[in-house]
Amino acid sequence: MKLDTNTINKIAKLARISLSKEEANDLLKDMNSILDWVEQLNEVNTDSVEPLANISSSTLPQRKDESKDINSSEEILKNSPDKLEGYFAVPKVVE
Amino acid sequence: MEFKSINQLKSLLDENKISVKEIAQTYIKKIKEKKDLNIFIYFDENIIDDQVKEIEKLPNNKKLKGIPIAVKDLFCTKNMPTTAASKILENFNPTYESFVTQKLINEGSLFVGKTNLDEFAMGSATNTSYFGNTINPLSNHDIPLAPGGSSGGSAAAVAADLCLGSTGTDTGGSIRQPASFCGVVGIKPTYGLCSRWGIAAFASSLDQAGIFSKNVTDASILLEEIAGHDERDSTSSNVAIPNYSKQLNSDLNGKTIGIPKEYTVDGISDEINAVWDDAIKSLEKKGAKIKHISLPHTKYALPTYYIIAPAEASSNLARYDGVKYGFRAEEAKSLDEMYEMTRSEGFGKEVKRRILIGTYVLSAGYYDAYYLKAQKVRKLIANDFIETFKDCELILTPTAPSAAFPLNEKQDDPIKMYLNDVFTVPASLAGIPGISIPYGKNKSGLPLGIQLLGKHFNEQEIFNAAFALEKDYE
Repeated sequence: MKLDTNTINKIAKLARISLSKEEANDLLKDMNSILDWVEQLNEVNTDSVEPLANISSSTLPQRKDESKDINSSEEILKNSPDKLEGYFAVPKVVE
Repeated sequence: MEFKSINQLKSLLDENKISVKEIAQTYIKKIKEKKDLNIFIYFDENIIDDQVKEIEKLPNNKKLKGIPIAVKDLFCTKNMPTTAASKILENFNPTYESFVTQKLINEGSLFVGKTNLDEFAMGSATNTSYFGNTINPLSNHDIPLAPGGSSGGSAAAVAADLCLGSTGTDTGGSIRQPASFCGVVGIKPTYGLCSRWGIAAFASSLDQAGIFSKNVTDASILLEEIAGHDERDSTSSNVAIPNYSKQLNSDLNGKTIGIPKEYTVDGISDEINAVWDDAIKSLEKKGAKIKHISLPHTKYALPTYYIIAPAEASSNLARYDGVKYGFRAEEAKSLDEMYEMTRSEGFGKEVKRRILIGTYVLSAGYYDAYYLKAQKVRKLIANDFIETFKDCELILTPTAPSAAFPLNEKQDDPIKMYLNDVFTVPASLAGIPGISIPYGKNKSGLPLGIQLLGKHFNEQEIFNAAFALEKDYE
C-alpha cells in the first residue's frame, strides 16, 4: 500500500478535485494497484540513460519570437460561464 | 447506396452523376437509420446543408470536394460544438478551427458530425464518454460489442458506412485498436506529422492525429491532406509530405519485415496468432524477407505509458477550472470551492483517476521515482526500435490482444483494461507511425487487425505494405 486516505485527499486537494468518502475509497484501491503495477520499472537499469521527453526534436524548426496582435478578447470571453465588463467573473476572493 | 472509396465518389461527382447535395442526403439518411448505435455526439442536418451550399461553389479540383468525413469530438470545430465527450466541456463552442479539420475543409470535405469517444480520449472502449457508449456496428442483436477506443465513434462511423473517412487521435492506440475492433483501416502517423493545434490535449508528448477509412488508398489520400507543418504547434515537424496515394506500390521485393518475439504474449488467443502467421506468410510470398527480431523493453511499455500519460494529462487538464469555458458548478461560495466542485462534477471517474495518478507521480518527492524513471525507460523503448530499424524497414504485429468484446463486460479492473493497448503503446512511446488493417476474422466472424510499424516519417513504406496485404482480402 503506497497511498492512504490522507495522501489521496492531499493529492485531490492539489488537483482541485473534491472527492466523496466513497470515491476516495474506490480511488485508493485502484491507484494502489496501478502504482504497484508500475513498480516493475525498477527492474530496468536506467543509470546513464537520458530521459526522453520529445521524440521529434531533431526536425523542429525555430520561429521568430514576434508578438502578434489578434485582438480576440471578445472571442476569448465568448465561452465563459460568467463574465463582467470584459473580464472573467469568479466568486469573491477577498472578503 | 454504398460508396466504396473516395476516388469512386469523386469520379461520380466529376462526371455529374451525383451532386454534393445528393451525397449529403444519402449520408444524412444513413446516419438517422443508425442513430441507436450512438456514434455521434453532434449531428445537425442544418449544419450539413450550410456546408453543402459552400462546397457546391468550390471548383472540382478540390481533392476532397463533397467527401463525407466524420470528426472525432476532440477536434475544435467552429461550426459545431466540441465536448471531448466530457460534461466539463458541454456547450463549448470553439471560436477557432483545428489545423487538421481546417485542412480538410480547405479541400472541400463535408463534415457529417462529431463522433463519440472516451472522455478526453482516456479509455479503450468508448465507454467513459459522458454521452454514453457507442455500439460497434458489427455487433449482432443480442450482444452489443464495444467499438474499441478512444476514437470508437470515428471507427464505428466508417464501419457503419456513415462517412468515407474520419479523423481520430492516437495517444497509446486510440486509432489502431478501434480500427481493429471495427474492421476498418486506421493510421497513426509519426509524432509531429500532423499539428496538434485545436485538438483538446491529453498527453502532449504522445497525442497524434490520424485517419480512419475503408481502405488503404483512402487513408493515404486523407493523411497527405491533414499532414504538414504548423507554427502554432511547437512540436509540429517541418518535413516534406510525400504524395502517398500516388506513390502507393505493393511491390515488397527487397523489403525486410521484422517479427518481434516479445509480441507473443501469454493469454493471447490462437486466432490472433493465426492471423499474424497468415500475414507473415503472405508478406513472404509477396517477396519480403522475414526477420525475427527482439524489442527487449516491450514489457515495460505499458507501465511507462501509465506514468507518462496521466502525468501529462494532469497538467493539461488543469485548464478546466470553470472560469474560461465549459461547465461551472453554481453553488460554490469561494474560488477554491468553485474549482473543486466544477472539476469534481465535470470530470468522469476515469479522468479523475488519471489526473490524481498524474498529480501524485509529479508531486514533490515522487517525480524522480516515477516520471523521470518512466522517461528513461521510454528512451530505452525508443532505442529498441531505432536499433531494429537499422536492418528492417517494417515491423509486423497483431493490433490488439482480442477481437471486439461485449460492452457489458466487467471493466472494474483498470489494469486489465489498460492491457488492450499492449501492442500499440510501444510505438506511441517511440513516436513511430503505425497502421492497423483488417486481416481475417475470428470464429464468431469478428474482424481482427494486423499492425505495421515503420521508421519515423516513413508512412509511405507502411502504406505500401498495407496496400499489398489488403489485396489478400479483396
